[in-house]
Amino acid sequence: MRVPPGVRPADFADAVKQFEAAIGKEWVFTADEDVDLYRDSYSPFWHEIEEPIPSGAVAPESAEQVQAVVKIANQHKIPLWTISTGKNLGYGGSAPLLGGSVVLDLKRMNRVIEVNDKNHYALVEPGVSYFDLYRHIKERGLKVWIDPPDPGWGSPVGNSLERGGGYTPMRDHFDCHCGMEVVLANGDLVRTGMGALPNAKTWQQYKYGFGPYVDGIFSQSNFGVVTKMGFWLFPEPDAFLTGIVSVPKHDDLHRLVEIFATLINSNTVQATTTVVSPLSFSRDPELVALRAKGSIADLEDYAARKNIGYWSVSLPFYGAPKVIAAQWEYARDLFAAAIPGARFQDGPSYRFPLDADQLAKITNPVPFGVPSLQTFSVGGPRSQGHMWFSPIIPMTGDAVLEAQQVFDQVHKDLGDPGGSGSASFPIWSFFARAFVIIYFFPIEHDVEKNRRNREIFRRLVKTSAERGWGEYRTHTAFMGDISDAYSFNNHALRRLHESIKDALDPNGILAAGKCGIWPKSMRQERA
Amino acid sequence: MKRYAAFLIVALSAALAAASPARAQSDEGVSRSHAWVTATVKGEGQPKGYVQYQNYCSMCHGEGGGKPGTLALQAKYKGQLPALLEKRTDLTPQLIKMYVRNGISVMPIFRKTEISDADLDAICAYLTRNNPK
Repeated sequence: MRVPPGVRPADFADAVKQFEAAIGKEWVFTADEDVDLYRDSYSPFWHEIEEPIPSGAVAPESAEQVQAVVKIANQHKIPLWTISTGKNLGYGGSAPLLGGSVVLDLKRMNRVIEVNDKNHYALVEPGVSYFDLYRHIKERGLKVWIDPPDPGWGSPVGNSLERGGGYTPMRDHFDCHCGMEVVLANGDLVRTGMGALPNAKTWQQYKYGFGPYVDGIFSQSNFGVVTKMGFWLFPEPDAFLTGIVSVPKHDDLHRLVEIFATLINSNTVQATTTVVSPLSFSRDPELVALRAKGSIADLEDYAARKNIGYWSVSLPFYGAPKVIAAQWEYARDLFAAAIPGARFQDGPSYRFPLDADQLAKITNPVPFGVPSLQTFSVGGPRSQGHMWFSPIIPMTGDAVLEAQQVFDQVHKDLGDPGGSGSASFPIWSFFARAFVIIYFFPIEHDVEKNRRNREIFRRLVKTSAERGWGEYRTHTAFMGDISDAYSFNNHALRRLHESIKDALDPNGILAAGKCGIWPKSMRQERA
Repeated sequence: MKRYAAFLIVALSAALAAASPARAQSDEGVSRSHAWVTATVKGEGQPKGYVQYQNYCSMCHGEGGGKPGTLALQAKYKGQLPALLEKRTDLTPQLIKMYVRNGISVMPIFRKTEISDADLDAICAYLTRNNPK
């Protein structure tokens, strides 16, 4: 039997017996063949000694059982690592950061406690997936949308706590949560926001409750185990339309992004989209040669000849048909006034609800609140997994150009995965007011390639910090590196996090190392 | 898992169900649902493991566009073998279990809290139901 670090075998065996008594023997996993199932399928350390393998896993089915597990772990100082559905692939999957931890697997806590389609909210447990919640809503004919991220097998609770995003106007998942229930390291059960008022009628309607608003400290952290979470849901909209804007010149980017920022920040456009350069897609040999040569004038000329934009953005609008038509018209007016040669095209438009035939024809249903796994078919079959490098950059043309330069270099360093000769240029508006870059790093079951790619990733973290870009989220492998980058005033934020950690989890049993936050006992070792 | 099983209810949701005969269950029991998310279904009249297959596998290995497992197998087999797993007649429980518990390519490992051993046995029964005896 594997044993967690710092725990004596006899103590671990004792804890295991207590776990079994608390939640049932069949839900406590210590045999290698069961525990190996918790490996990170997309680990950048696959087959290497550094790959963090758990020592065990426990799968409670209720908040009461979570309390019991946490108390036992605290008594024996067993390090736990909490997962919801365990599908955080690209960011660590179901594996702990600290090898030898016991995974606290909340997948069995899969109750959809309530969905309300008059005030438009849901209350769910961590093991509920986007697929589960969607089925629940559809089977009851409720007129609300969920906001799935790209892969639908994840958990609204887990994804929101990681501060992930989707595509509809409810795309900022943490921002759209309302109320939590949390088990603390001492086994205490807390409800936040209005939930702290017994018989509260508005736990999922008003976020803040009374006094300090603590929800944020449970996101991307190791201060508690979230056992219930409320979410605001989008009332099913009447219609959707896409308006595509293309601009002819390289320097048009600045005005394009300025107007885009105005539209986003005034809530005229409220959804996720991407600013792209159509010139970076094609593998036309002439274009590939021109890209390599790097002359802007030549590229502008090519774009003009081929009747494609130098830059383009698709604006998604959700709402009543007359309203979104007017919003698109307003957007066109703004762009046309600012950018000579700006062109407009009506993209796909829909009325809701979509029928089965319409849904079947849509390539990607996720922006319409339908979870899927089609994202894995983008780019064709791959050898293995991926991880994401995801810095936040300003919503400006200058920042986009700077990012393009940096990622073109990274693309070369990575050996041009995909063979297109240039970076795929993933600038997204998942979150209001800033752009996020979601950059794909390939993972393979190849130790040398993974080692090299990890080094490139680490260099990128430093380069980004130098440019004032911080990552919004990362793989467990790089949490220390990125936490180090947020170093204002001698790492004051991390020192604040550590103070909270020491107060809430003095024995350091919850998710040691998450986002650079280590328990006191392990901190000294790392000093 | 028991609580999840309680979600298996009778009617296909009107919003999801494709009513046309072409979408009905074929005699082979292969789901021709092109849906992105199949509604939870009862197993009556369906082969053993059909329900589990719809719930846990069809999002990637079902039919229709955007099913990455089926697309990957299409690229791999190039027509030599059916890309749709439900149409295979040569799979073995050992092979299926190996892929589910170890992953392959972008298909990750599936834990016992996601797909129990009993569910996995049922899925194996479903995918081997047409194997030559």
